[in-house]
Amino acid sequence: MEGGRIFVKGNEAVAMGAIDAGLKGYFGYPITPQNEIPEYMSKHLPKAGGAFVQAESEVAAVNMVLGAAASGARAMTSSSSPGISLMQESISYMAGSEIPCVIVNMMRGGPGLGDINTAQGDYFQSTRGGGHGDYRTPCLAPSTCQEAYDMTREAFEWAFKYRTPTLVVGDGILGQMKEPLVRRVPCPPGPDEGSDWRLGGPPALPGRPRRALRSLYLNEGELAQVNLRLRDKYRAMQAEARADQFLTEDAELVVVAFGSIGRIVKSAIRKLRARGHKIGLFRPITLFPFPDLALRDLAYGGRRFLTIEHNLGQMVDDVRLAVRGLADSDFYGALSGTIPTPDEFEAAMEQAITGGSR
Amino acid sequence: MSETIAFERTPSVADVPTHYCPGCQHGVAHRLAAEYLDGQGLAEKTLLVTSVGCSVLLYNYLNFDAVEAPHGRAPAVATGLKRTNPDKVVFTYQGDGDLASIGMAEIMHAANRGERITVLFVNNTVYGMTGGQTAPTTMVGQKTTTSPAGRCASTEGMPLRMAEIMAALPGVAFSARVALDSVKHLAKARKAIRHAFEAQLKDGGLGFVEILATCPTNWKMTSVQANERISKELIPYFPLGVFKDLKTPGAC
Repeated sequence: MEGGRIFVKGNEAVAMGAIDAGLKGYFGYPITPQNEIPEYMSKHLPKAGGAFVQAESEVAAVNMVLGAAASGARAMTSSSSPGISLMQESISYMAGSEIPCVIVNMMRGGPGLGDINTAQGDYFQSTRGGGHGDYRTPCLAPSTCQEAYDMTREAFEWAFKYRTPTLVVGDGILGQMKEPLVRRVPCPPGPDEGSDWRLGGPPALPGRPRRALRSLYLNEGELAQVNLRLRDKYRAMQAEARADQFLTEDAELVVVAFGSIGRIVKSAIRKLRARGHKIGLFRPITLFPFPDLALRDLAYGGRRFLTIEHNLGQMVDDVRLAVRGLADSDFYGALSGTIPTPDEFEAAMEQAITGGSR
Repeated sequence: MSETIAFERTPSVADVPTHYCPGCQHGVAHRLAAEYLDGQGLAEKTLLVTSVGCSVLLYNYLNFDAVEAPHGRAPAVATGLKRTNPDKVVFTYQGDGDLASIGMAEIMHAANRGERITVLFVNNTVYGMTGGQTAPTTMVGQKTTTSPAGRCASTEGMPLRMAEIMAALPGVAFSARVALDSVKHLAKARKAIRHAFEAQLKDGGLGFVEILATCPTNWKMTSVQANERISKELIPYFPLGVFKDLKTPGAC
């Protein structure tokens, strides 16, 4: 049975979602603006039967996740942009070794140490693999506390269905914002999850061949076959790409924005609609796989596009690829160190409606 | 002429050829670990964390469920594995570049937390897999492909004595250094490996064994010369012995 409405930060919603998904191991390292996640985990995860370790670094944290997840345990870490950069080596190893886990990134400004304010500068890192080698990571982008909770739960389903590290990407706004949340019925995995590959899993040795989770393939042609199999897996994910569409049916201009920015854009759209402008919102929920077919359908309808991000232009590349040959996209980038307002976006949208330049 | 089988291969050592060079002692170290675990009936509940270096293919040579750790990160991987599977026996097998150079942070903190894992650390004073470069344990004056004039103490520091460093950390229940160069030393190595696993099994803390081993290829020596170098050059700087042995379980 679902609980009543509670009032929590986005970071706490993430932690609750993971625990309700049957989390068995959380390994993290402090970094702003996501500290409420390890803090909540340290208090509540042991009571729920999971292990909490504050690691010596993000490097160690993500490798503890790798170890726990190799045994089939639902395991996760969370961090913010600079810490996520440190984790990329191991994310690549887990993609190659096909070890499922969840990694939450509450993005802040960059490059480098950047600032501790909200930003969306890790779009490329999140959707292009991020580390070395030929791989991708599924990536979910919540925009509300409820979505942060729901999508963290859902991320474990993606991770185990495709046996791959899965990202949940929010930002400083989402992590620090408080709003109502309804916790749903817990959805821990059944005892058979991962039983065909996990270390120590049934049947016991020596009744079955020993298992090795690895990403090293030295024999001729072996790595190529692995890479092709991974590619097929990423292609299969495309069927699950999805986006939230708001008033796009009659829209002449479709604004494409994700996460917190999508939500701020929605407020601006409501105001412009009230003044008679036909504007809609296309908010990708899966950043990878990118919902390009749905976006292309809108382009067939002859719409104009404006991409708005909290960076200087990353997702707009994917928007242009999706609508190529049919349309193009204008771009507006909110600057680092600011929390954008609907008013700021209204001006950009009005310019796009009147045929503004890129 | 009839053959006499002196001893059987222990079941957890896979019956496959290895890629190791002639005179390399990795195979001996593998066997000692496997013999202990088989002897105690622990093979089915053992999980192995492999590392990066010459022993990178260890999961092909030992019949335990295994996971590959990125370079240096085996103690962190083992931490995650053991914390979520406290009923399993978890051990890492790491070389000197992996553990004492790139992985220094992970081994220090795993040891300091007293993770209930066993760490087998093979010290052959050189990066073997990549072709003989300077390691943190390379001897002063030892020529390598990146110290052509020999390791210089004033610019490259002194070789790290990991068994002593580990013994200084409260979370470590057992720390010893052993060698594989003689029958007498093999017996002591066997005993140290047993104690290092018992430290984990008795919930005492981390068990650590540093194993001095040969690398004839990168030392540019014959197998016999390499074996002799252990006692002549290495043991005087890396003394053998037990540096810590807490018989009683640790407390939180």
